[in-house]
Amino acid sequence: MNNSIKKYFPIFVLPTLAAFIIGFIVPFILGIYLSFCKFTTVTDAEFVGISNYIKIFGDKNFLHSIWYTAAFTVVSVILINLLAFVVAMLLTKGFKGTNIFRTVFFMPNLIGGIVLGYIWQIILNGVLAHYGVTLQFSATYGFWGLIILMNWQQIGYMMIIYIAGIQNIPTELIEAAKIDGATSWQSLKNVVLPMVMPSITICTFLTLTNGFKLFDQNLALTGGGPSHQSEMLALNIFDTFYTKIGYEGVGQAKAVIFFILVALIAFVQLRATRSKEVQQ
Amino acid sequence: MKKKFLSVALCLTMVASLFTGCGSKDDSKKDDSKGKVYYLNFKPEQGDDWKALAEEYTKEKGVEVKVVTAAANTYEQTLKSEMAKTDAPTLFQVNGPVGLATWKDYCYDLKDSDIYKQVKSDDFVLKDGDAVRGIAYVIETYGLIYNKTLLAKYCGLDGAKIADASEINSFAKLKEVADDIQAKKKELGVEGAFTSAGMDGSSDWRFKTHLANLPIYYEYKADGIGSTEAIKGTYLEQYKQIWDLYLKDSTCEPKLLASKTGDEASAEFATGKAVFFQNGTWEYGNITKNGLSDDDLGMLPIYIGVEGEQDQGLCTGSENYWCVNSKASEADIKATLEFLNWCISSDKGRDKIANTMGFVTPFKTFDDGYAAKNPLVKADADYLAAGKTPVSWNFPTIPSEEWKNNLGNALLEYAQGTGKWDAVEKAFVDGWAEQYQATH
Repeated sequence: MNNSIKKYFPIFVLPTLAAFIIGFIVPFILGIYLSFCKFTTVTDAEFVGISNYIKIFGDKNFLHSIWYTAAFTVVSVILINLLAFVVAMLLTKGFKGTNIFRTVFFMPNLIGGIVLGYIWQIILNGVLAHYGVTLQFSATYGFWGLIILMNWQQIGYMMIIYIAGIQNIPTELIEAAKIDGATSWQSLKNVVLPMVMPSITICTFLTLTNGFKLFDQNLALTGGGPSHQSEMLALNIFDTFYTKIGYEGVGQAKAVIFFILVALIAFVQLRATRSKEVQQ
Repeated sequence: MKKKFLSVALCLTMVASLFTGCGSKDDSKKDDSKGKVYYLNFKPEQGDDWKALAEEYTKEKGVEVKVVTAAANTYEQTLKSEMAKTDAPTLFQVNGPVGLATWKDYCYDLKDSDIYKQVKSDDFVLKDGDAVRGIAYVIETYGLIYNKTLLAKYCGLDGAKIADASEINSFAKLKEVADDIQAKKKELGVEGAFTSAGMDGSSDWRFKTHLANLPIYYEYKADGIGSTEAIKGTYLEQYKQIWDLYLKDSTCEPKLLASKTGDEASAEFATGKAVFFQNGTWEYGNITKNGLSDDDLGMLPIYIGVEGEQDQGLCTGSENYWCVNSKASEADIKATLEFLNWCISSDKGRDKIANTMGFVTPFKTFDDGYAAKNPLVKADADYLAAGKTPVSWNFPTIPSEEWKNNLGNALLEYAQGTGKWDAVEKAFVDGWAEQYQATH
C-alpha cells in the first residue's frame, strides 16, 4: 500500500500541486510583495516599504467599510442560517412535492452575483419608486437590499447542507426521545441540533466568509452609493486600486489586511463551532 | 474491477487536463514579422465602427488588428490589467495631462511618426519635454443640445419669453425660458425642460466632469492659469445655480436620480419628452437613431451666470489622445504606427472616421472633403464664425478620478436632499488639494 502511494504520488499530486502553486501560492506571495510597492501595472513595481500601510489609517472610507461589512456579516449569518434551517426542517417532513421545493429554493444560487445584483436593483428600485426614492438614497436601504438579496441567493444552498445533516440523524435517536416523552421542542434542542452541528459549522463558515468577501452583489446593487456609504471591504479595495492614481499599492496593502482579517475570523469561528460537535 | 476502472478513468482525466492547456497554441499561422496591432478603445459609442475598420485593414494589408472596447467608466481598470499582460495593447488612450502622468513610461515618442506630421497644431498633442507622447484624434464639443422643433413650438405659444432660440444668451434668460417651459409642459406635450440629470455611472460624468468644467474654466480664466494645485471654487455659486435648474425643471424627481442612466436621458430627449439635453457631439448617433432628424438639432452654450457670458461659445476640446505602447516589440510599434497612418490617410479610414463615427479630427488629411456631417459639429462652427469664445476643456487637469467620484456623490446627495451643498464645495475645493497632494 505504502509502496504504491509512493509510486503514484506524482500522478495524483503533482497536477493539483502545480495548479495550486500557480493559481494560489505565487499570486499570494506576489500580492504581499506588491503591497510594499508603488506601481502602475503589476509587472514593474518599485519598493517603497510600509508607506502603503500607513496611508490606510488615514482612510475614513476604509474604516467605515470595515464596520459596515461586519454589521452586514452578522445580520446575514444569523438570518441566512436561521431561515435555511427552518426551510430544511420543513422540507424533511415528507410533504408532497418536497423535491420540487428543494429545487426551486436552490435555483437562485445558480445565478451569478452581478446578474442577481442588477435584477434586484431593478426590483427594489421599482418598489422604492412608489416612495419617491432609490436604493442609493441612503446606506440603510443599500444594507437591507443586500441582506434581502443574499438571503434569497444563499438560503437554498445552506438548506441543502442542513437537509443532508438532518437526514443523517439516526431515526432511533428521535424515536427514543419520543418514547421518553420529549416534546418536539426538546427533541429539536437536545437531539437534532447537536446532531447537525457539523452542518452548522460548515454553513456558518460559508456564510461568514461569503459575507466578508461579498463583492459582485455590492457592486451591482448600489456600487457603494451614496458617497461610499454602502461600500463593503472588497469593493473599497477595488475602488482604491482602480480609481485613485498612485494608490494601487495601498489597495494591495488593504487586500493583505483583508486576508488576515477574514482568515482570523474564520479560524476563530471554526474552533468555536467544532468544539460543539458530537460524535455519533 | 469497478474500482480499477474508476482509478484508471481518474488518472486519464487528470493527465488529459494537463495537456489541454497547451493544445491550441500553434493554430495561428499569421506572419509575426509584420507585427500586430491591439487597440484598446475608450469610446463605446464607436466600438463596432473600429472593429469594422480593423477588419478592413486586416483584409487589405494582412496585419492582425485586434480592437477591444472597455465598457463605459472602466477604461482605466481595463488598461491597467491589460498592460500587465504579455500581449499588451499596442495602442491605447490617455485623457490628457493627468492621464499621461500615470502612463508616461508606456508612451512611445511619436515625434517622428507620420501622424504627428499631419496634426494641424501642437495644441492637439500631449508633450513631455520635447517628446510627443499622445496625439488627439477627435475634437469634440458639448453644450446644451436642444430640440429645435419643440423650442420653435414654445416660441409660438402665447406669452413665450423669447421669440427665437438665439435670444437665449445668458443664464437668466435660460432660466426664464426653462421655468416657463416647465410650467407649460402640458401644452407643449413634454415632461420637463431638461432631461433627467441621471447620476448613474453611465450619466454622472455629464455633471461631475463636463458641467464642472465651467466653474473651473472661469476660475482659470480669471486667474490667468492653465492648471492649479489648489482650486478656489470662485464660481461654485454659479455651478449651484445651473445644477439647481437641471434638478428643478426636469422630467423626474431629484430623489430618483441615482438610478437614472445616460440612455434614459438620451431617450427622453430623442422622443421629445424634454427640450434641453446636456451632452456632446458624440451623442449624435444615439439621438438620431431614436427618431430625431438633423433639422431638429441645435446646441446652446451652457450658461451658468458669469459676467460676460453672452460671448461664451460651446465647450470644445479633446480628452482622447492616442498613445503607442513603448514597451511593445519593434514590429508591433511599427505595425501600429502604420495602422494609424492608414486610418487618417486612406479613403476607407477617413470615410469611416468622418462619416460613420462622425468625428472632427485635428489632422490635415481630412481637409479635402472629409468634414463631418454632424449638425452638432456645425453648431460649433457657427458659434466660432459668430466670434464667440469657445470654452476649453480643463477637466483633463482634474487631479484624479477620485475627485470626480467624490464630487458626483456630493452632487447626488445634495440633489436627493440627503446632503448639503457644503459637501459639494468641500469635495470641489478641499478634495482638489487633497487629491493633488496624493498624486504628486
